[in-house]
Amino acid sequence: FFQYCLSGHPTLPCNVLKFKSTTIMLDCGLDMTSTLNFLPLPLVQSPRLSKLPGWVLKDGSTFLDKELKECSGHVFVDSVPEFCLPETELLDLSTVDVILISNYHCMMALPYITEYTGFTGTVYATEPTVQIGRLLMEELVNSIERVPKAQSASMWKNKEVQRLLPAPLKDAVEVSMWRKCYTMPEVNAALSKIQLVGYSQKIELFGAVQVTPLSSGYALGSSNWIIQSHYEKVSYVSGSSLLTTHPQPMDQASLKNSDVLILTGLTQIPTANPDGMVGEFCSNLAMTVRNGGNVLVPCYPSGVIYDLLECLYQYIDSAGLSNVPFYFISPVANSSLEFSQIFAEWLCHNKQTKVYLPEPPFPHAELIQTNKLKHYPSIHGDFSNDFKQPCVVFTGHPSLRFGDVVHFMELWGKSSLNTVIFTEPDFSYLDALAPYQPLAMKCVYCPIDTRLNFIQVSKLLKEVQPLHVVCPEQYTQPPPTQSHRTDLMIDCQPPAVSYRRAEVLTLPYKRRYEKIEIMPDLADSLVPSEIKPGISLATVSAVLHTKDNKHVLQLPPKPPQPPASKKRKRVSDDVPECKSLKPLLSGSIPVDQFVQTLEKHGFSDVKVEDTAKGHIVLLQEAETLIQLEEDSTHIICDNDEPLRVKLRDLVLKFLQKF
Amino acid sequence: MPEIKVTPLGAGQDVGRSCILVSIAGKNVMLDCGMHMGYNDDRRFPDFSYITQNGRLTDFLDCVIISHFHLDHCGALPYFSEMVGYDGPIYMTHPTKAICPILLEDYRKITVDKKGETNFFTSQMIKDCMKKVVAVHLHQTVQVDEELEIKAYYAGHVLGAAMFQIKVGCESVVYTGDYNMTPDRHLGAAWIDKCRPDLLISESTYATTIRDSKRCRERDFLKKVHETVERGGKVLIPVFALGRAQELCILLETFWERMNLKAPIYFSTGLTEKANHYYKLFITWTNQKIRKTFVQRNMFEFKHIKAFDRAFADNPGPMVVFATPGMLHAGQSLQIFRKWAGNEKNMVIMPGYCVQGTVGHKILSGQRKLEMEGRQILEVKMQVEYMSFSAHADAKGIMQLIRQAEPRNVLLVHGEAKKMEFLKQKIEQEFHVSCFMPANGETTTILTNPCIPVDISLGLLKRETVIGPLPDAKKPKLMHGTLLMKDNSFRLVSPEQALKELGLAEHQLRFTCRVHIQDPRKEHETVLRVYNHLKGILKDYSVQHLPDGSITVESILIQATAHSEDQGTKVLLVSWTYQDEELGSYLTSLLKKGLPQST
Repeated sequence: FFQYCLSGHPTLPCNVLKFKSTTIMLDCGLDMTSTLNFLPLPLVQSPRLSKLPGWVLKDGSTFLDKELKECSGHVFVDSVPEFCLPETELLDLSTVDVILISNYHCMMALPYITEYTGFTGTVYATEPTVQIGRLLMEELVNSIERVPKAQSASMWKNKEVQRLLPAPLKDAVEVSMWRKCYTMPEVNAALSKIQLVGYSQKIELFGAVQVTPLSSGYALGSSNWIIQSHYEKVSYVSGSSLLTTHPQPMDQASLKNSDVLILTGLTQIPTANPDGMVGEFCSNLAMTVRNGGNVLVPCYPSGVIYDLLECLYQYIDSAGLSNVPFYFISPVANSSLEFSQIFAEWLCHNKQTKVYLPEPPFPHAELIQTNKLKHYPSIHGDFSNDFKQPCVVFTGHPSLRFGDVVHFMELWGKSSLNTVIFTEPDFSYLDALAPYQPLAMKCVYCPIDTRLNFIQVSKLLKEVQPLHVVCPEQYTQPPPTQSHRTDLMIDCQPPAVSYRRAEVLTLPYKRRYEKIEIMPDLADSLVPSEIKPGISLATVSAVLHTKDNKHVLQLPPKPPQPPASKKRKRVSDDVPECKSLKPLLSGSIPVDQFVQTLEKHGFSDVKVEDTAKGHIVLLQEAETLIQLEEDSTHIICDNDEPLRVKLRDLVLKFLQKF
Repeated sequence: MPEIKVTPLGAGQDVGRSCILVSIAGKNVMLDCGMHMGYNDDRRFPDFSYITQNGRLTDFLDCVIISHFHLDHCGALPYFSEMVGYDGPIYMTHPTKAICPILLEDYRKITVDKKGETNFFTSQMIKDCMKKVVAVHLHQTVQVDEELEIKAYYAGHVLGAAMFQIKVGCESVVYTGDYNMTPDRHLGAAWIDKCRPDLLISESTYATTIRDSKRCRERDFLKKVHETVERGGKVLIPVFALGRAQELCILLETFWERMNLKAPIYFSTGLTEKANHYYKLFITWTNQKIRKTFVQRNMFEFKHIKAFDRAFADNPGPMVVFATPGMLHAGQSLQIFRKWAGNEKNMVIMPGYCVQGTVGHKILSGQRKLEMEGRQILEVKMQVEYMSFSAHADAKGIMQLIRQAEPRNVLLVHGEAKKMEFLKQKIEQEFHVSCFMPANGETTTILTNPCIPVDISLGLLKRETVIGPLPDAKKPKLMHGTLLMKDNSFRLVSPEQALKELGLAEHQLRFTCRVHIQDPRKEHETVLRVYNHLKGILKDYSVQHLPDGSITVESILIQATAHSEDQGTKVLLVSWTYQDEELGSYLTSLLKKGLPQST
């Protein structure tokens, strides 16, 4: 089968698999790191941002100064932020039959695929994935649409112009393909194409392929997928975690016996231990607040934030933070907190047990009830009345380019009392901070990425033993900044097949069998015989019916009885219609027994002569000669059909049919 | 012939004590393990000694499946697993697993604490029993063992109610539990795919009823409640804590809000508040509308409905009280009923089915003088209303489910014999499938005719799909192969491959027939005549005249020699292998008839 690799981002994958005449897209991640090249979208007029100087080329030409602004030595595009889409030219995306989504972070490009490519298929995802994915999209659309930007820069994208720009703009890939954010109607249209599935549900695609989501342990409703026919099994592992956080644990056993295992979505910070990072997060937060400063946590509205709130729930009293307000600001903050409490079936065992009591599975319910945690749709409205400092604010977007976080960066950036703590691993924090420089506020980098690290991967691969591993090229070499760390790459035998953006892989394996069903009446008609101890065989002559990629064998129709008319038939009427297949024969004929049998059937003048390879049996009167050899029998006779048929049947008695 | 055997231990031509044994392809599954509300003696539980007299149940049953949390479907479970003894897996959905132990504990309390029965299961037994429960997701395929798999479908009867498909190889049974084919105010409609089971075991509570529209019933209900409250009467609505109660609460809550009514609505026992909490946490199991709006407004947070205290029953003035249990057979609903029964201003509304023997059943069948404990006679003056709010499929719904699932056989349980009989005829007429309705302890055997799945070598499959002299869509494609059976694996391969795999050589059987033809011409002319003759007749075959003077028809060889004695006779040697038997035989008989007069 083939794999078309449409995304080069290892944690935001988008691959298309051609498997047994089915075209399956695996995830459609949206690479948002492109937005780091843009200026932040401030919610309220920012004098600092609006006063940034336009960028001037070395030769002094200023034709780009409206589009590009300079800030502390970095150049940014002053325009609505744009995203880097998966490759859309590598194959005709309207031929994609189904899209399988593994988790809510890996579906952010969905509207671009389903609404712009002529896609007519079905998307499969779990309910939490869809609900939280919707929240992420809603937040994204909302934070971009609420800051209308008059300007849409495009001149810089011209290839000739881009060549002249400083890095990283100069090296940005496929800028002509970058797209603005989709709209809510497009999001709704895309989501309406999703069919909900549950873990371990077997979904038949066109009778040829079966796909099954498995718990991947990374996020609410996150899944790995098994794509299999009766004889081939491809496991798609994307964003999995073996840590015990809130989601249901990863199902590893079902990944066993894969022919191919596609491995994506490993941790982006292989050197950081998530538990240690959470500890650092708490202590930095406590220290800042004790010193009278504010803490800003740029984050997604779902996911790690649930774990952070749970840690804080246990931590705040002992750290003396009981009176510090925690604010969660997002257009979907309320929904996210509410939704987290209703997916009992998708949670780890401990949280499920709480629901049985019945208590809300996450302690943030209690934080809200006791007014320690407050949530607001935005900084406008109620929040401005309730706002008390020092405080802790959770808000998005982690890229610091849009959303309410931009406001807090502008507000708190000038004071060294305040701290911004980065917990989301998707964006380089230095790049995220670049348009806010110079900055007095403290910056702490505590990336929490619970996805598999390389030690866990090698254990997993040993455990599930796939025949072939396929992964993004980034995983087959040490990270560029730590080229000596050969432990930070996938090590397996045979070596993993790697892919990069816009590549098409042909994956090696041979199919040898297919499933077929034998109808009961045909099965009844079979006559098995034991050929060796424990092995029986039966010859099957049957009619093959193939429908919807399913094969069925039926009894052949009875030959129509020749009409009993006395009218002389034309010779050509008797021509056998098609070659009726005779079985192959095997075995050998013991000459003595054969002669006895002949005599029993009335041949009295049987004579046997020995030859070099066997015997010749002569029936003198009938002028018939039968050559018997180890692996062949030759009957030579006059044109006496009844005689020939009789001899034939006697010979066949000694032979095994195949 | 493979068969599926079904024996109801309960719910056979009866409602209550649902418990059905199914044997399918060597696997034994028990569906539900309920108690009977109409009995207080041994008959309240299924007779598990039917399964085995002296062996352990675990050895005889591969698994137990519970369809939903109603006690007539799970009430005997702790007795079964802890007192009779069963240690195998018990499957139910998450909400059922959450709620079931609470109702069991409630049932235990009423039986042991209030009625003073001993020799009943204990709280610890309920806990130990629940440890054996494995929770399943909707549509998840659960592999009970290598061969047996089960899958849950949404049933819409109460929160977490599920229908189950039980499948072994190609054979399958679907058990509906209780289900509802029309969405109501809090649950969605039952749904199943076209899974074509060998047998569908369906409940048939409302086998003969075709209910009027839900709206009418709701309006009727609200009108009656409203009228009673207006004239200062008290309304008692006996319900089970979970299920209809929530639906009616939503109904009254919105009505009170709209009409701005002030009469208090109470919900008895602490269980209810807890119950509403379950609905909040398992909101994904409710209907589309509630799920969609729950962030803005959780339908299970009631403003008008307050917790009930038993002292309130004596308060003057109108009120509405939801009290458990639903059939007035014990507990708080019965207590309140006794207090209020004497006043004709009051009303009791029975929103669900009542089994025989319960007070609910008695008053619904018109009895107005009830003999209570201690020979005391209770005269019922209050109005008695029955309103079918229980979420069972009606006749139309049952037919609809059969249409959806397309079973080969139907078996009815959980209904009354007379009504079943009627529905059975209807099903047999409309769907032309057999329909059964065994009584308790009676075994129904259904013959199945499963296909046999076989591995076919891809080479054989590809070869056979293109064979045949001419591709003809109308003619079936014939395939010839060898089925190898080893242990329990079946493989269909080409005969050549079968020989090779078994390390055997092919034995060639060849025939050579001498055919005498009267033809004075020279040999090569005879041959040419034969060639033309065959060519003319065998139009679909490859007939060739080779340079060495022989003729081939496909792979059959024909050579001519002169007769050693008679020059006017030519001898044709026709030689073919057994694989060409038919054509060879045909050719000899054709040539025997001689050649046509030359033209």
